[in-house]
Amino acid sequence: MAEVELRNVVKMYDNVEAVRGIDLDIADHEFVVLVGPSGCGKSTTLRMIAGLEDITGGEITIAGDIVNDVPPKDRDIAMVFQNYALYPHMTVAENMSFGLRLKRFPKAEIKERVDEAARILDITELLDRKPKALSGGQRQRVAMGRAIVRHPKVFLFDEPLSNLDAKLRVQMRIEIKKVHQKVRTTTVYVTHDQVEAMTLADRVVVMNKGRIEQVGSPNELYHKPATKFVAGFIGSPAMNFIPCRFEEASGKLQVRLTDQIALPLPPEKAARYKSVGRDDKLLIGLRPEHITDAKSNSGPGFETFEAHLDVTEPMGMETLIYFSLNGTQVCGRANPSAGARDGAPLRLAVDLNNMHLLNEASGAVI
Amino acid sequence: MTATTTIDKAGPRRSVKQHSMSRDRSWALRWSYFFLTLFAIFFLFPPLYMLITSLKTSKEISAATNPWWVYHPTLSNYIELLSSNQFLTFFWNSAWVSIFVVIITMLIAIPAAFALARMRFWGSATLATGVFLTYLIPDTLLFIPLFKMFAVFNDLTGIQVINHWWVLVIIYPTLTVPFATWIMIGYFASIPKELDEAAIVDGASWMQTLLRIFIPVALPGIIAATIFAFTVSWAQFLYPLAFTTSTSQLVLPVGIITTLIKGDVFNWGQIMTGALLGAAPPLLIYAFLMDYYISGLTAGATKG
Repeated sequence: MAEVELRNVVKMYDNVEAVRGIDLDIADHEFVVLVGPSGCGKSTTLRMIAGLEDITGGEITIAGDIVNDVPPKDRDIAMVFQNYALYPHMTVAENMSFGLRLKRFPKAEIKERVDEAARILDITELLDRKPKALSGGQRQRVAMGRAIVRHPKVFLFDEPLSNLDAKLRVQMRIEIKKVHQKVRTTTVYVTHDQVEAMTLADRVVVMNKGRIEQVGSPNELYHKPATKFVAGFIGSPAMNFIPCRFEEASGKLQVRLTDQIALPLPPEKAARYKSVGRDDKLLIGLRPEHITDAKSNSGPGFETFEAHLDVTEPMGMETLIYFSLNGTQVCGRANPSAGARDGAPLRLAVDLNNMHLLNEASGAVI
Repeated sequence: MTATTTIDKAGPRRSVKQHSMSRDRSWALRWSYFFLTLFAIFFLFPPLYMLITSLKTSKEISAATNPWWVYHPTLSNYIELLSSNQFLTFFWNSAWVSIFVVIITMLIAIPAAFALARMRFWGSATLATGVFLTYLIPDTLLFIPLFKMFAVFNDLTGIQVINHWWVLVIIYPTLTVPFATWIMIGYFASIPKELDEAAIVDGASWMQTLLRIFIPVALPGIIAATIFAFTVSWAQFLYPLAFTTSTSQLVLPVGIITTLIKGDVFNWGQIMTGALLGAAPPLLIYAFLMDYYISGLTAGATKG
């Protein structure tokens, strides 16, 4: 068990900067998820922690020791790969014990550890099988077992669930969380799936273009995104960004969305945004759950307007509604009983207590 | 109305297409069988002729009766050859040369291929291509400089390597190593990179990764390379002809020709018997390792 620290870590491939100076502290026992679109540098960062990629600049420490020049086998880490990377010619038990056998552990201890890991992962009856006789989910369990038996300082997961189908992915996600609750090893987990990141992590690290956009708990990222990228990346369906500007009407601040629609800000927001320039190009950020039908939602800070719906998607527990404001497509979530229909008008309520305001040019959250 | 007509049209058209596809397939199969049969006849002719001739006495051969029929079958050619010390010497020389060449080839080619396929180092890609290019140089061009090299070596050190069967063990790897390395580079390259990364994270050194992961996983490729090296050294004719002359040092292909042809007297029965017996070992090896050989040559074609 150990903490991991990254200090201004840089990775260059020839002349391309894949990782542009990352600082990150990962506490002991913590489950940290690196998330971002493909090519954001998350896997490269993980592979640098593993020692599978050289570090171009900066410093990585594991348990207080600088490991920049330490080979992977001496870093005391275990890694789970996207395509499982099981040794095809070995049985499950042999796969799991390979690392221990290389280190010449006593046979009794190897057996004990393999049995323990197999119990945790519920794969005891598979121990004598070869990988080709296993399903995808079972293979991924074995890959995790191979990591667990080593009792490493750090677990590294590189998109371990990407090769599984949607249903199995949800199941294995819960499985991984359970395992971490039992084993408590410091874990760094890479994924491009924000749902996976939100559900698994103690802290999520959102990366974009080789930099960290924001680090925080899942709730922090969801409710207090620092940048437009984070606001748009976390949450599904994604946050709506609607061009707007501020104006004053009878001494009160209001946000104008279209020529017809202007919504007065609630007092708390008006106080917060009072210094925002009236001519600034702004974006209002509204999550779909804060754009609902007026029938089932009202209260202070809720403002209503009528919209002509383009498309509706009934999901059962809710109906996703899509409409346009000045050419921007907006998504909202309505109660199924609100009577939202394709091509029909609907009275909508916007919860401005949960609005975000962004600078259109810089993408910064104001 | 329009919709219905479209469906009506689509129905029969689809079934016609299926029909023509199965007809296509049956015609393709017919042609395949035709050409494969032609091919088989063409290539099985010589061995069959060898077998027929090996069962005839010299008298029957020189009588020039029907060449495709044996009127008085005899095993005398086989008995004579197998009880002659000379033939057995040739056979064992061939066997030892081939076995040692296979061992040496594998000892060099496996680590070389592993290094070229996996350890990224300066010039590794160029080197890999270079290995293949050496294989493209015809053997017939190489034997003169090689002969000269051994002669110079003899002048400098006084050690005579020419005219010993083991000189072939030194020479053949120059033919077998490049191709075997090339086969194995391809095979090793088809092994997912995560597999060696997993091994390295598990604590394996490069050597352990090679011995405990790559060799077992790439076994079909290794067997393919082994068969190749064995066949090349077993069937080689030009090099032993040039580098060995004493009867005790000859290998099978050269031995048969030089001892069974005396002046202009061709002992056809025994020549054919010797050739047939000489072809047996590679044939047996192929038969046993065929499945491995084929999966070795087609590795990476599909996701296994």
